[in-house]
Amino acid sequence: MAALLELREVSKSFGGLAVMSRLDLHLDEGEIVSVIGPNGAGKTTLFNLVTGIYRPDGGDILFDGKSIVGKEPHRIAQLGIARTFQTLRLFLNMTVKENVMAATYGNTKARVWQSALRTPFARREEREVDALAEEKLSFFGKRLIGYRMEQPAYSLSYANRRRLEIARATGTSPRVLLLDEPAAGMNPVETHEITELIGQLRDQGGYTILVIEHDMHVVEGISDRVVALDHGEKIAEGSFEQVATDARVVEAYLGAKAVREGKAAE
Amino acid sequence: MPRIGTDEWVEQQELRTEYYTGLTAPARRAFDRVGPGPRFFAFLGICALFPFLTDSPFLIRVGVNVLLFALLALGLNIVVGWAGLLDLGYVAFYGFGAYTYAWVSSGQFDIHLPTELAILIVVTASALLGLLLGLPSWRLVGDYLAITTLFFAQIFVELTTNLDRLQLPWMDEPLDLTGGPNGIPGIDRMQILGIELPGVRDYFFLLLIVFALVVIGLYYVNESRTGRGWRASREDPLAAELMTTPVNRLKLLAFAMGAAIAGLSGSIFAAVQTGVFPQNFEVVLLIMIYAALILGGAGSISGAILGAIIVASVPEILRTPENARFLFYAAAIAVLVATMRPWQRLAVVVGAVVAFGVVVYQLVALAWPEGVEGETAGGRFSGLLGSWMVIPAENQELIGNIAFVLLVAGVLALTQLRGDARVMLLVPTLYLASFVWENRLIAQPSVTRQLLFGAILVAMMTRRPHGLLGTPRVENPV
Repeated sequence: MAALLELREVSKSFGGLAVMSRLDLHLDEGEIVSVIGPNGAGKTTLFNLVTGIYRPDGGDILFDGKSIVGKEPHRIAQLGIARTFQTLRLFLNMTVKENVMAATYGNTKARVWQSALRTPFARREEREVDALAEEKLSFFGKRLIGYRMEQPAYSLSYANRRRLEIARATGTSPRVLLLDEPAAGMNPVETHEITELIGQLRDQGGYTILVIEHDMHVVEGISDRVVALDHGEKIAEGSFEQVATDARVVEAYLGAKAVREGKAAE
Repeated sequence: MPRIGTDEWVEQQELRTEYYTGLTAPARRAFDRVGPGPRFFAFLGICALFPFLTDSPFLIRVGVNVLLFALLALGLNIVVGWAGLLDLGYVAFYGFGAYTYAWVSSGQFDIHLPTELAILIVVTASALLGLLLGLPSWRLVGDYLAITTLFFAQIFVELTTNLDRLQLPWMDEPLDLTGGPNGIPGIDRMQILGIELPGVRDYFFLLLIVFALVVIGLYYVNESRTGRGWRASREDPLAAELMTTPVNRLKLLAFAMGAAIAGLSGSIFAAVQTGVFPQNFEVVLLIMIYAALILGGAGSISGAILGAIIVASVPEILRTPENARFLFYAAAIAVLVATMRPWQRLAVVVGAVVAFGVVVYQLVALAWPEGVEGETAGGRFSGLLGSWMVIPAENQELIGNIAFVLLVAGVLALTQLRGDARVMLLVPTLYLASFVWENRLIAQPSVTRQLLFGAILVAMMTRRPHGLLGTPRVENPV
């Protein structure tokens, strides 16, 4: 079976600094893959490369068998790759519902003149977009629906903003969801909830998910497969247990010295 | 038991918003019940009645200006309010529309196209120019885009002033493109669907129809995917791009639509004025359009309209001393009523100002009889001021100037004081303000106009920094 998303020897450097070197990564349909690694390992760079914010210096990125290198970011998103941001980037002054509706731009067709004249086509499409937004928001139980839909996004709590980012990403009707630290800054209860939610996104939403996460409980709870990065290179790949006990991963997180001393203590 | 999908807080919130207090409460509740559609058509109805209420060509001309301003503010609102692009070249599109109409409907090149075709050409050409001038917005944002576009506005004025002797290599005679500083006179009146539009009144109705169509169209566009795309690009261009929005294309669309509306307004302006001149399209006008939009509330259609009404009509009202005086005292009292609580304190202050004036008048009359023998500008309320306001018969200008400086000092002191001291100082300051007004400002309406207009704008913006009908926005912490 061909992978849904595949990176082949992708490299990227800024000036003389190689932030990604010959990375191979694949994501099969229906999988949840976690990317871990210390700060500066290149995890977010990986997302920026896939979504078209950066253009790789070498290698190829295939989505559904076709190369997406060099396509504009909105085209890539339209093809079916959606992401959230580590630092939240909501449309704060738009309502909660509008945030999700805005994400349907690429999948709707009404021209400006059709909207201005309220043609039947534009009206029908608008109703569909409205219904889609409510559906995506109701994925989070009652947290984002009801009166909250008409409130500006800045009125939401931090945890709800994180949820809205995910809802907005699903508003693009993607096949692959890239989640950048979905549990960052959440309390233990909310973190637990996010863990379950990511599973539901796959099972009920049918999304294939690539997630960057620092919280190892979350990683352990959700991952079919874990990929560890360090200095833009893949240092381990496999099940959570395999990766978590991998010597290079432990070294990357704790440093070689700590590993030696830890061994000595044993 | 709360309704499904709401909780207790929401129930209370809805109650709170419905719970207006004061005398205006029933009116405000009724206003809330009427939707935006009926409100707008009621507004249009009132506007349509306006030319029947007056015979004065001057007043109708002011109405035409208000509508032109409203159209310009609405067009600017697309670029600045929705797409969030600081476009300081906007006024060039207005001028370009006017000149383009002049080229195809005047004796300049002896071309007299049918009005419908001329307008089509103007709108298309303006939109294309908008696309072109929108291109820098792909790379530049904020201040950088602002200075680049300002450059275009300046170029336009320079070109129109100087392209009266354009020497082209294949022509023997220099080409007179714009008429230079003298502009292009003798522009054809419009004739739409076979109906001639000879007078200002006809243009008022034409503008009203155009205005109605533009407002309705923009209202729907704002509620559509395009409007959401613009606002999303304004909020966070990168996030918008990654949520399938082609940000660059939408920026160009905003520029083109804004330019098309400005160009259309320009063509009507050219026809009303039957001539176009470079000085019609200078940066001052740009600032006034921005003032209208920001005063009303950028991003809001009704705000742009209200702002345009204020910016285009208030300077005209201030033109005659009598109206200006009425506006001055009405504004002073309105500000006091709006800001002073409780009403007992307000009553004390007003009473004290009156008493203060009478006492000062008597003291000055005793000490220096000529000090009260001057004459103020006539008009409706001058009789009332008779034994209250000190009007020196000599050295009026000098005393007025000193009082002006004192007034500024008084206002500054007021902003620093709190409590009773503030109320105490308020009384002489108010009197001083009236004194300066009667002695100095009313004597020179041309200067006063600008000053008072500026003061009104400052006061309004201080009260509502996000504009009269705008909604407060938060900044993205990026």
